[in-house]
Amino acid sequence: MLITLITFLPLLVGVGLLFLKNDKVAKIIALGFSLAEFAVSLILLQRFDSSATGLQFIEKVDWLPSFGIQYFVGIDGLSLWLVLLTTFLMPIIFLSSWTSVDKKVPAFCASMLILQTAMLGTFVSIDMILFFVFWELMLVPMFLLIGIWGGEKRIYAAYKFFIYTMVGSIFMMVAIIVLMFMTKNQLGTMSASLLDFYKLKIPFDAGNYLNPQTLMFFAFCLAFAIKVPIFPLHTWLPDAHVQAPTPGSVVLAGVMLKMGTYGFLRFSIPLFPDAAKEFAPLFIALAVIGIIYGALVAMVQPDMKKLVAYSSVSHLGFCILGLFAMNIEGITGSLYQMLNHGVSTGALFILVGMIYERTHSREISKYGGLAKAMPLFAIFFFITTLSSIAVPGTNGFVGEFLVLLGAFKANKVAAGFACTGMIFGAVYMLWMYKRIFFGPAGHLVPEVAEEHGHGHGSSHGKAAHHGHGEKHPLLDLNLREVVVLIPLMILIFWMGFFPGNFLDKTKTSIEHLVKNHGQYTLTMNK
Amino acid sequence: MSGNLLIGILLLSPLVGFLINGFLVNQNNKSAVRAGVIATVASAISFVCASLLFCSLLGHEAPTSVKAFFFNWINVGDFKSDMAFVVDHISGIMIMIITGVGSLIHLYSVGYMSHDSKPAKFFAYLNLFLFNMLILVLADNLLLLFVGWEGVGLCSYLLIGFWFTDPEKAAAGMKAFVVNRIGDAGFILGLFFIFMLFKTVQFEELSKLTYTVDLGWGALTMATLFLFVGATGKSAQIPLYVWLPDAMAGPTPVSALIHAATMVTAGIYMICRLSFIFVATPNTMFIIACVGAVTAVFAASIGLFQNDIKKILAYSTVSQLGYMFLGVGVGAFSAGMFHLMTHAFFKALMFLGAGSVIHGMHEEQDIRKMGGLAKKMPITHMTFIFGWLAIIGTPLFSGFFSKDEILWRSFASPMGSKLLWLAGILGATMTAFYMTRLMALTFWGKSRVSKDVHPHESPLTMTIPLMVLAVLSLVGGWVGIPEIIGNVFGITNGWEHWFHEVLSDVEAHGSHVEEALTMLTSVILAACAAFGAFVLYTKKFSQLDSVKAKFSNLHKVIYNKYYIDEIYEASIVQTIVKGGRWLWSFIDVKVVDRTTYLLTDFVKGAGAGIRLMVNGNVQQYALYIVCGLVGVLIMILARTV
Repeated sequence: MLITLITFLPLLVGVGLLFLKNDKVAKIIALGFSLAEFAVSLILLQRFDSSATGLQFIEKVDWLPSFGIQYFVGIDGLSLWLVLLTTFLMPIIFLSSWTSVDKKVPAFCASMLILQTAMLGTFVSIDMILFFVFWELMLVPMFLLIGIWGGEKRIYAAYKFFIYTMVGSIFMMVAIIVLMFMTKNQLGTMSASLLDFYKLKIPFDAGNYLNPQTLMFFAFCLAFAIKVPIFPLHTWLPDAHVQAPTPGSVVLAGVMLKMGTYGFLRFSIPLFPDAAKEFAPLFIALAVIGIIYGALVAMVQPDMKKLVAYSSVSHLGFCILGLFAMNIEGITGSLYQMLNHGVSTGALFILVGMIYERTHSREISKYGGLAKAMPLFAIFFFITTLSSIAVPGTNGFVGEFLVLLGAFKANKVAAGFACTGMIFGAVYMLWMYKRIFFGPAGHLVPEVAEEHGHGHGSSHGKAAHHGHGEKHPLLDLNLREVVVLIPLMILIFWMGFFPGNFLDKTKTSIEHLVKNHGQYTLTMNK
Repeated sequence: MSGNLLIGILLLSPLVGFLINGFLVNQNNKSAVRAGVIATVASAISFVCASLLFCSLLGHEAPTSVKAFFFNWINVGDFKSDMAFVVDHISGIMIMIITGVGSLIHLYSVGYMSHDSKPAKFFAYLNLFLFNMLILVLADNLLLLFVGWEGVGLCSYLLIGFWFTDPEKAAAGMKAFVVNRIGDAGFILGLFFIFMLFKTVQFEELSKLTYTVDLGWGALTMATLFLFVGATGKSAQIPLYVWLPDAMAGPTPVSALIHAATMVTAGIYMICRLSFIFVATPNTMFIIACVGAVTAVFAASIGLFQNDIKKILAYSTVSQLGYMFLGVGVGAFSAGMFHLMTHAFFKALMFLGAGSVIHGMHEEQDIRKMGGLAKKMPITHMTFIFGWLAIIGTPLFSGFFSKDEILWRSFASPMGSKLLWLAGILGATMTAFYMTRLMALTFWGKSRVSKDVHPHESPLTMTIPLMVLAVLSLVGGWVGIPEIIGNVFGITNGWEHWFHEVLSDVEAHGSHVEEALTMLTSVILAACAAFGAFVLYTKKFSQLDSVKAKFSNLHKVIYNKYYIDEIYEASIVQTIVKGGRWLWSFIDVKVVDRTTYLLTDFVKGAGAGIRLMVNGNVQQYALYIVCGLVGVLIMILARTV
């Protein structure tokens, strides 16, 4: 029952919240509930058997028996941490948006909670039709989040997001149906269970690209590649991020992008092993292009949020690179990088949201010298920056290193090019940091009156005045904001110094996946 | 005491210092004393531990190493890297230098930072640096070494940009980090090659393997070559040296500790650590020696005409690091380590001396506005003289022994050549010139100090470290007196013996006559250059302009550092930034995004023919085209399944 409880409770509470009128109560309920939900998911972690290769916490009920469709959920080492990432981020998101979301609050909380159900459902579904239902369900609340609580061009961005993802998933639907028919032919009864799909022998012909395995591989990959996003299918992402409200961006970057990488890991690669092997070089190439392209484009962005959005393209490129290296190091690194990206990019979006709430501007050039005006904020931003550029000791390093190591084993040239991502990553993040936090006080930043010891030229460039000659008062982080950020900061270092605590749980599943490439099956553990 | 405990305290003491000063001390407290004492004590505790560990290695019966294991760090697939540390003959010397010189510089900083507004932050960073540097040298595997490697880079970034409100300083910090990152990417690739070849990155396991010499450009050569790329970044060699002169934007104690004595020598240390692999790749060794020799000459030539006292010392550091690489590159690893140590003494001394001058001159760094300071700052002057004599290679001073060892080995080692030796001699001659010029313009001759500035000697917290380092600059080289001198007095070369087991030194082949002659050559040339500079910059100071005019073009090019920064900026930085803009505004917006619009337009066009189905809803158009494609897919599949 644990999984069902975790998955569907948010939906129930969310729907319940729709009937609430009081903003404050809605916020408190949503926050309290999401904390409880996280606590429950910790039980899942505690009871998880890391030595088992098969699925755990299985629940299986017939849904549409004539088509072999079931309510079939369960998790293994591949999905465990993604479930926990989702439940971990949710209370943080609610607390971070405490003051920034001020219209239709109950509806906002409800959308977030429904989204949580959809995301969790996607990670735990083993039945493919069930998976698809959750996959599509995800779009609706996200569409609303961007469309209602978003920025100026929110409608455009919401539609762009919606259409892109729809187009991708329709092909996947077709492939799922074809696979279901194949189970009938090969196994006797029709089934939509992923475990049965794994048993299929899907015809493959290396000489002819129009073979079933290749076609279905690409049908799946299109859906996931758009979600990740892989270059050149990424252009919905910057628009969606820039227009989405902060909590929307956090959940989009933190969890939803991982649906794509998780999809590759869970479906595309093990279901279509020959096609995956055949086309691995293509995906490795696209991943490397994404890493470098994302970083270079991020570098020249004038808007903080857009910069972080493009940096996601670069970071997710590392995830794809690791996956298609198809060795233990690469896939482990990739999975770790998914979690890292959830933590560090989530934190970055929250941080950008905090400063936006104060000044209503995300334009980098309007800042400068912020480290003096908001020292606490500067520290948190810096730690997150370190994680993002993968400095050893932070989580980012472990993921990036393992991905590169795996990639090096698979393809030295690709790893060589991907290593430049290490450099460009440092360039765009530190350049942004420098422009926002260092130098003389910028347009939006008040001067901090304080004499300066050895430093020279602390006050050239008298800041231009803003509005009626008054600058926004820039208060440093308050207690609520610090509480939001602390768990993320702890995770950054914890995951950096003790990756074993996390990777022990994924080890068996990943080794099983890599060693059985071509005849991968999953069993059911009790 | 057990290794775990001692090494644990050695490492954690500065970390605790960092945490106290970083988080518990009021950041706005302007008193440097409290924060300084906390940091200095933390550093001193480390020094005590380091000394105990070092002493445990001394003697005939002593173990060759002390190990400490804390926990498994990364253990994925075949790859394994532990939080484990080892004190052996190489890292033993390193921790002594780091904590010893480090403690002196901490003490010095108490005086130097007394007027700063954020001393607690400064000392916190300084302790954090110490922690990372110790990880770097104590690491028992290559990946953990990389943790310290990037960690010291990070602290360097923080300390260079310590006065971040000045955009130039902030930019210098970022430049240092990014240029180092280029090297780091090379380091990581080198590590991958090592792991691919030997399935381990642990030093002890690696050292037990046997290596077939790779005469070509195989994977082993690639491994060492990429690791060397990492070393050029951290140790400021051509082509990645450009960050170090800019790094002088940081507070002067930082320049002494990080950018002279410890961090920048990490590249040498790493190569010595893996000397058994490097000697198996003669091609890499040749490249290392050449890069070292060229850097030594090139940087020394830039140092000839700089006017900023710290910039001169910075280029001098780049040049001296070049010597170390020259030594390492000809297989004289112990000589490289030797110069690393003596350089740590005399260059830290001179940087701190320069800091004392800057402090006493109220932030003036231009040596044209100094002169005659010897009378005003007697202790600084006297100690600086020790540093000067050491770096120009005056016999008996530490620099003489270490530099001479490198020059001799580059002459006589089978991996060396006469040309490399000549470059070394040329560099040494220029070093004698520019250092004497610095002395003459700063301390001697007539005072050119402006009337508003009243130079004064620095407080004792600053001058005591100077005196200690001055003594070390003299006697520090006596541990490695070469045979031809040592034999006369019955002293053996303890230094080489110490490293006999751990470094794969290549034996030099040459007669004692040759060795004596080369030694004499360098001493005479250096003496001539020093004398020339002395005369030129004190007695003939008034005629200087006419001399300059004769070589105006050459002077201009050298004075502007051969325009390397400008060339990098125009050719690399601008290209990348412009490339990024083009990718965004053209590829992303015009090509990729437009293509998706075209697809929608295509649907629109197709829809025009079947108006009946059309209701003006664009999403629906998208649906139509998708349905069509779906149909095709199903048809294909139906035939093949």
